[in-house]
Amino acid sequence: MKFLDEYRDEALATKVVDEIRRTVTKPWVLMEVCGGQTHAIVKYGIDRLLPEEVELVHGPGCPVCVTSLEMIDKAHAIAQRPDVIFCSFGDMLRVPGSDVDLLVLKSRGADIRVVYSPIDCLKIARANPDKKVVFFAIGFETTAPANAMSVWQARQQEIKNFSILVSHVLVPPSIASILQSPLNRVQGFLGPGHVCTIMGYREYEPIAERFRVPIVITGFEPIDILQGALMAIQQLEAGTHEVQNQYARVVQRDGNRVAQDLVNKVFEVCDRKWRGVGSIPKSGYKLRYEFHEHDAERLFNVKEIDTQESSTCISGLVLRGVKKPHDCPAFGKQCTPEHPLGATMVSAEGACAAYYVYGRHLEAKNGGRSSGDADRTSSSLTAEVA
Amino acid sequence: MGKANFGGIVKQVCLEYTPEAKVDDYVLVHVGFALSTIDEAEAARTYELLKEMSQLQELEVPEIREAMSGGP
Ligand code: SF4
Repeated sequence: MKFLDEYRDEALATKVVDEIRRTVTKPWVLMEVCGGQTHAIVKYGIDRLLPEEVELVHGPGCPVCVTSLEMIDKAHAIAQRPDVIFCSFGDMLRVPGSDVDLLVLKSRGADIRVVYSPIDCLKIARANPDKKVVFFAIGFETTAPANAMSVWQARQQEIKNFSILVSHVLVPPSIASILQSPLNRVQGFLGPGHVCTIMGYREYEPIAERFRVPIVITGFEPIDILQGALMAIQQLEAGTHEVQNQYARVVQRDGNRVAQDLVNKVFEVCDRKWRGVGSIPKSGYKLRYEFHEHDAERLFNVKEIDTQESSTCISGLVLRGVKKPHDCPAFGKQCTPEHPLGATMVSAEGACAAYYVYGRHLEAKNGGRSSGDADRTSSSLTAEVA
Repeated sequence: MGKANFGGIVKQVCLEYTPEAKVDDYVLVHVGFALSTIDEAEAARTYELLKEMSQLQELEVPEIREAMSGGP
């Protein structure tokens, strides 16, 4: 595929790494924001190609991982109702709630279906007029246009038995919250390329200015990530703090205005609780009131649920880049992708799962490889219009 | 809706958000929606710049992996 193989070229990767070595004079900590980047970094061992001065820490950009326990428990309460068909992206099925996960509920008879796109739910709703079809609308800005379109089309096609349980999160407030924390070690960011495909990167400019951190909007291939790191390190060494765009073949400064328009018609910004991190002001989307007939939270009026997080799991610290998965005593022992204790072990984009799938829990012993779906990568793909 | 070819597998994709996309364009697709058309000239430019970064050397045949990129 065009401009994909090129961005995985090992000889070129070596050159970029050499350039990083030539540039770096002191230690720097960079955070990649997006879970897709985390996955690629661990998969290709990019963190190990870098000189030891450069540390990559993994950010909160795995949508499955940051969906709050309260929201997961709400999803479980809705999914168990006999009048409901509950639809979700596959990743969510194994995320542990306070009690069980969606897969267990499914085995107990709940009608839970995995969909590829929220639009698929409209078909299910039309085919099952006597049921209420609920889609678990999680994700970052990247997924918001798809979820907005599902509600928009439901409204236009008068599909009344379709609603979404919204748990959308936004990247810029989470970056700001990491930078404000007294525990923060991050000095530069590899910005989330797909989020910025939608939103552009204007909103990152005041963050770079205020916290004096370079932010390089970065793609997802090995060469992209290495070049993003090089650009961030060049800025750090030079003492600048600008927003730069490494991923210019996809991202424009203004983003995708057509998508933003529909997102803004359907959603509005709200405070949002992040799993492991806590509540962050103005860090999420909720449905606008005009669409309340498609708002599962209102329709099902689920009461606040008393939630119980695993006491051993340190995923909150992992998500903020304070700790690495192998710092967790349960990593690869009580906690594996088959029996996850925390959400960062569930999704392929979660740091714990990425470390496990690529065998990093075995390395202290003999460097062997783990089982697991090593080739499972995340959900954005390049395609050719046919 | 339109059709998009994912390295051999053809799927229905919503092109509502990429009105500029033409047949044979490369697009970034997420959960069934095309989100951006890929600027091939820009892709080539970045690639050339990187190649020239150090002294030019013959490039090895690139290792080919599955056609996916990640990310929320
Ligand atoms: S390894 Fe498991 S228990 Fe430990 S932080 Fe990761 S998800 Fe939580």
